[in-house]
Amino acid sequence: MVKAPVNKIIPFSNVDGPGNRTSIFFQGCPFNCLFCHNPETIHLCRNCGVCVKNCPVGALNIDADYKVIWNREKCVQCDTCIKVCPHDASPKIQWMTVEEVMKEVRRASPYIAGITTSGGECTLQNEFLIELFSNVLKLGKTCLIDSNGSFDFEADPRVLKVSEGVMLDVKAVEKGWNDELISFPRDIVLKNLDYLLQIGKLYEVRTLIFPNRDRENEETVRYVAEHIRDRCFYKIIRYRPYGVREKNRKRIGEFETDLDYAERFAALAREKGATKAYVV
Amino acid sequence: MSEALNIIQDPTLTYHQELLALARLGESTDNSLRYSDAYYEAKRKGALCDLNEGVMPYRPRYICPDYDLLFQKGCKFLELDPPKDLLEAVNVLEIFYCHVPSITSFPVYLGDLDRLLEPFVVREDRAYAKKVLGLFLRNIDRVQTDSFVHADIGPEDSITARLLLELTEEMQLAVPNLTLRYDPETTSDDFALACVKCMLKTAKPSFANHRMFVKEWGERYAIASCYNGLSIGGGGFTLPRLRLYECALDAKSPEDFLERELPRHIDLQLEYMDKRVKFIVEQSSFFKTNFLVTEGFVKRENFTGMFGVVGLAECCNYLLGITDKKKGFGMNEEATALGLRIMDAIDARVKAHEAPYCEAYGHRYRLHAQVGIDTDGMDDSPGTRIPIGVEPTMLEQLEVNEKFHPYFPTGTGDIFKFEETWLKTPDAILAIIKGSLENGLRYFSGYLENNDVVRVTGYLVKKSEIEKLRAKKQSLNNVTVFGMGAQDGGHALDRRVQQYGEGTGQ
Repeated sequence: MVKAPVNKIIPFSNVDGPGNRTSIFFQGCPFNCLFCHNPETIHLCRNCGVCVKNCPVGALNIDADYKVIWNREKCVQCDTCIKVCPHDASPKIQWMTVEEVMKEVRRASPYIAGITTSGGECTLQNEFLIELFSNVLKLGKTCLIDSNGSFDFEADPRVLKVSEGVMLDVKAVEKGWNDELISFPRDIVLKNLDYLLQIGKLYEVRTLIFPNRDRENEETVRYVAEHIRDRCFYKIIRYRPYGVREKNRKRIGEFETDLDYAERFAALAREKGATKAYVV
Repeated sequence: MSEALNIIQDPTLTYHQELLALARLGESTDNSLRYSDAYYEAKRKGALCDLNEGVMPYRPRYICPDYDLLFQKGCKFLELDPPKDLLEAVNVLEIFYCHVPSITSFPVYLGDLDRLLEPFVVREDRAYAKKVLGLFLRNIDRVQTDSFVHADIGPEDSITARLLLELTEEMQLAVPNLTLRYDPETTSDDFALACVKCMLKTAKPSFANHRMFVKEWGERYAIASCYNGLSIGGGGFTLPRLRLYECALDAKSPEDFLERELPRHIDLQLEYMDKRVKFIVEQSSFFKTNFLVTEGFVKRENFTGMFGVVGLAECCNYLLGITDKKKGFGMNEEATALGLRIMDAIDARVKAHEAPYCEAYGHRYRLHAQVGIDTDGMDDSPGTRIPIGVEPTMLEQLEVNEKFHPYFPTGTGDIFKFEETWLKTPDAILAIIKGSLENGLRYFSGYLENNDVVRVTGYLVKKSEIEKLRAKKQSLNNVTVFGMGAQDGGHALDRRVQQYGEGTGQ
């Protein structure tokens, strides 16, 4: 039975697509963004045991197979384990079956418009998503994919057939800036942008605006706006330092992006035809 | 110093607040209405509470006049003719309201304002109608100075309802409380979304489960005071309450409580209610001479007694030996299951009791999840609510509510405090409300965490008015002082904030 590493499930979310949605966050991401605000979702646990020694309430143990086991009942959610993890991982994840996730979705079902899968990067769990979405569709609910664009949707479009669409991050367009920021080639992201637009499965694009990065911000926003025009939402997100690893915070910014500064780029996006651009 | 002198020297009381306090003091000088020794003993222990209704009831607690009749026939006693236009209509209502008694001496039900006023509003220019309604609302806020004053709108959309929502948002008043009677078939999404937006910004209207109320009361029901379901043209005689935590203190086990202590306390409260109802009907002059009765604006047979309960959460936790509230009622299946058994037992025993009068309900009283009073502190949470400060996720909280709300035709409800991004997604909140009403929720209230007007336990206060009282200044609204007490003793404004999801990251 296919299982996937689930970091957490939020029964009600109002910021992951239209209406009230259940958001499912999967563990693991092929990117390693400097600005990542939840870096503990990047890697899977390597069972090194550092967190076990540091847990103040004894909610973590190592079992007979040398695996780190998390005791949800004992855990007080102090996040010490995440802070001390040397591998940008979390011991507080669950390997869940589709049926186990569906149990949570069914429970929230009367109150939601649909689900959104996120991460980490949810498309790493492609087979799981296909099965999950097929089940969610039977409830009459919609499925949205929140993705960093690393998955080649054109090469394997199966998951799109059971999904309403994708909310795509376009983090950087200029190559040098992308490589510094993301540690992953940008070409596949830009290819997905075009492909998803072409097949009408792009729900929204998101771009983060960094403080004092006029040129880089402008290049990304201009590129996205000229491509999407009025065909999908364009969410301009202000960089916020919360959760960002300390060494990276020094590099990217210690403070959140000014609202006025971000609005400038939303205005630029609208000027370039992306009429549905807005700042959050 | 005498109690009377205390009252007249209190710098925080307005003249009318002094007058009401002195009236209560005067009422307390008579003790001809007596109950059994066991009743007084239970009251002394805090297991029974009369909500300071006063020892000599001279009017029913809640009165819901038939305003349709007023508009059809006028009122002889007040020398009012049926109104012919909007100005006359609001004038007639403003005058009439001043003569509707209640436990607070203010009218707890102002009518289905949209339905009543719509025929007049549609004949006027929109700007003019808005001006008149704005003055009407100002009159209510400054004259009926008590947050238990309550008006209803819906289920259908109307120009009047839209104007009232616009004005509510613009004026930011604590009075009147407001309810939307929500019916998924007849309330349009557009209207409901306008209500959600207004609710977030002003803490009103709340959403009432129209179908559920209609099933119990028929089409002509009112939502009055905090969230109380009652008949139009009727009302509630009295509302005492079992403080379930204190009721449980002498029980040796859950079984002992269900077999011995609970029935004993239920019977004592029923004895109290029976005597009081008889006194109001047979001894006091209200049902004999008051114009509301003699002209047919209310009918005695449409009144019922409201059997109140509070502190179910603490009761269950105590009986199961749960000391950590975070692992108790609401978060713990065993505690919730015990809560349901207790409610079943209360429901059955109250339904088995033949009440005096209450003809429209087969001589039966109806259950009420009382919303708490300022002196309850943290011992008894309102009705069947999960204690403030340990609320689980909104989904889990709704699921618990949905199990308990159907027990209470005369009212219950829960309140949710939202972080600001929800204002941008009223559709998300509407989806939650719809789903929950469908699943058995009776009454939903919400507000944004940073509002000035906030919902305390069931009523509205302005945080800025509480600050006035703290500075030893007067507050026009009689209820501000309850809000202050509930904030200090019950941490009533510290309920869990519904955050936005965390998906939109970076």
